[in-house]
Amino acid sequence: MLDRTRMPSASTAHALARGLGWFSLALGAAELFAPRALTRRIGLRGQEGLVQACGAREITTGIGLLTTSQPAPWLWGRVAGDVLDLATLAAGSDGSSRRRGARGLAMAAVLGVTALDVAAALAASGTERPRRRLTYGYDRRRGFRDLPDRMRGIARDAVVPKDMRFPEKLRPWGGGGS
Amino acid sequence: MKALCWHGKQDIRCDEVPDPKIEHPRDAIVKVTSCAICGSDLHLYDGFMPGMESGDIMGHEFMGEVVEVGSENKKLKVGDRVVVPFTICCGECDQCRRGYFSVCERSNRNKSVGDKVFGHTTAGLFGYTHLTGGYAGGQAEYVRVPYADVAPVKVPSNLTDEQVLFLGDIFPTGWQAVVQCDIEPTDTVAIWGCGPVGQFCIRSAVMLGARQVIAIDRVPERLAMARAGGATTIDFETESVVERLNDLTGGKGPEKCIDAVGLEAHATATLDSMYDRAKQAVMLETDRPHVLREMMYVCRPAGVLSVPGVYGGVLDKIPFGMAMNKSLTIRTGQTHVNRWTDDLLKRIEEGQIDPTFVITHRASLADGPELYKTFRDKHDGCVKVVLQP
Ligand SMILES: NC(=O)c1ccc[n+]([C@@H]2O[C@H](COP(=O)([O-])OP(=O)(O)OC[C@H]3O[C@@H](n4cnc5c(N)ncnc54)[C@H](O)[C@@H]3O)[C@@H](O)[C@H]2O)c1
Ligand SMILES: [Zn+2]
Ligand SMILES: [Zn+2]
Repeated sequence: MLDRTRMPSASTAHALARGLGWFSLALGAAELFAPRALTRRIGLRGQEGLVQACGAREITTGIGLLTTSQPAPWLWGRVAGDVLDLATLAAGSDGSSRRRGARGLAMAAVLGVTALDVAAALAASGTERPRRRLTYGYDRRRGFRDLPDRMRGIARDAVVPKDMRFPEKLRPWGGGGS
Repeated sequence: MKALCWHGKQDIRCDEVPDPKIEHPRDAIVKVTSCAICGSDLHLYDGFMPGMESGDIMGHEFMGEVVEVGSENKKLKVGDRVVVPFTICCGECDQCRRGYFSVCERSNRNKSVGDKVFGHTTAGLFGYTHLTGGYAGGQAEYVRVPYADVAPVKVPSNLTDEQVLFLGDIFPTGWQAVVQCDIEPTDTVAIWGCGPVGQFCIRSAVMLGARQVIAIDRVPERLAMARAGGATTIDFETESVVERLNDLTGGKGPEKCIDAVGLEAHATATLDSMYDRAKQAVMLETDRPHVLREMMYVCRPAGVLSVPGVYGGVLDKIPFGMAMNKSLTIRTGQTHVNRWTDDLLKRIEEGQIDPTFVITHRASLADGPELYKTFRDKHDGCVKVVLQP
């Protein structure tokens, strides 16, 4: 009767998801509020708007990851975001060759995070609650000795206390509203 | 003795604790023969209600045999078999005399805290935070029952524990939720939540003669149990609740709406529930009132919203303008259990209803911690757990 179906990795996947959620929040805040510092450092000057958009996306994902009980879709969202980041880094050079090394490093870092995101997303997807179709035979648990339709109104003799009744004047249906 | 104790969020343990003693001449000590886990316990388990302390004994739905009575207790004798309502009441204060037992003015021994938090104190409750007295609960081998000459209900020996156990909480709760809707034979009653409380709302609405009963949830086996009791069901995960309710009522909406879900309403893909999740996570809101909003929106003007579902604190974005302009009546409350117990016991004896239909899991006290989780996660078809100490 006790539930033994939960895989041991479920809690690990969720802990990882929360960690990534905080990471998203921190990165998103940096991108949103200090885009210039970032673009200068990795040779993407002029792309501040794009970086800020990425920041907004990170923050949404971070909140999602920190507040959901089913992180898988949010984690796959992060993976998609990583791919976008990589594309931005690869395409968006501002021509400063001095920063090429820094950009390489940034790409390596994003690749590392991507690997982590994919692993977490896979683990979380594997532990998702399966859709259950069983009804456990509860469709026979009436609680009544007879069909519900035959029990309808059997307790009409119950006294509804005065404090729980509508005032007569407010009974449009009972003919009391005259 | 053994008891299920709260040690923090999602941390319930079966501990060895001291036996309770008579502390007041009106007390009694009850040896628990059956107890249950209630949806309200889940709010403590998930850490949404403030005021729990590590080591507090859980449980407010229990029954058993009287093994000791205080010197002034004229109602009970050793050997009596009783169901103990979860609301502790003195029987003498203004509120008790008017039948509002769950807001008894004297049974909360932390009255000053209750006064501060709620404006005016509410009744003492078993196993339910120090805001309501910090009384040891009934998921234990023995319980001290304060004011034991007032609330405990003696039950006849020809009925089993399982038939009468729920008289202490969920059956009267479902019943009161429907009674305070003041059902007319033409009414459609919509019930959010098909947990144990929702199931008793459904049965009560049928018994009290509502023309149409509609129940809303997303757990297939709970929906199946709702249909067995006579409800038309809506799966809120795959269908639009508002659309279906309007369809089923000729576009006018249900006259009576019952919230049997409470503060942990599940976040579906709706915008407002994601908003609640986020605000709750950063502690700007304590409760998730998705169901209340939906009820205010879909209810027929001049209808009634009845709220047995438990809320703990501050709710956000409640469209009160809608409620006001639509002339809605809102009725709420912890159940005034003793107001209904005699009548409901009679209906069980007459065989009008057999409350055992809702029980899906039976186990020992030691299995309690595991079953809290099973019940919370709705695993293994779990609807209602009964434990035998
Ligand atoms: N007023 C009282 O005196 C009193 C007494 C007992 C219980 N309660 C309260 O009643 C509520 C229900 O108790 P229970 O034992 O049935 O608990 P439960 O947790 O088993 O049931 C809640 C049900 O609501 C469903 N649900 C969640 N979100 C929903 C949504 N958005 N729409 C529709 N359904 C939704 C869940 O799937 C679940 O089946 C709890 O809040 C509990 O604290 C109040
Ligand atoms: Zn309860
Ligand atoms: Zn009182």
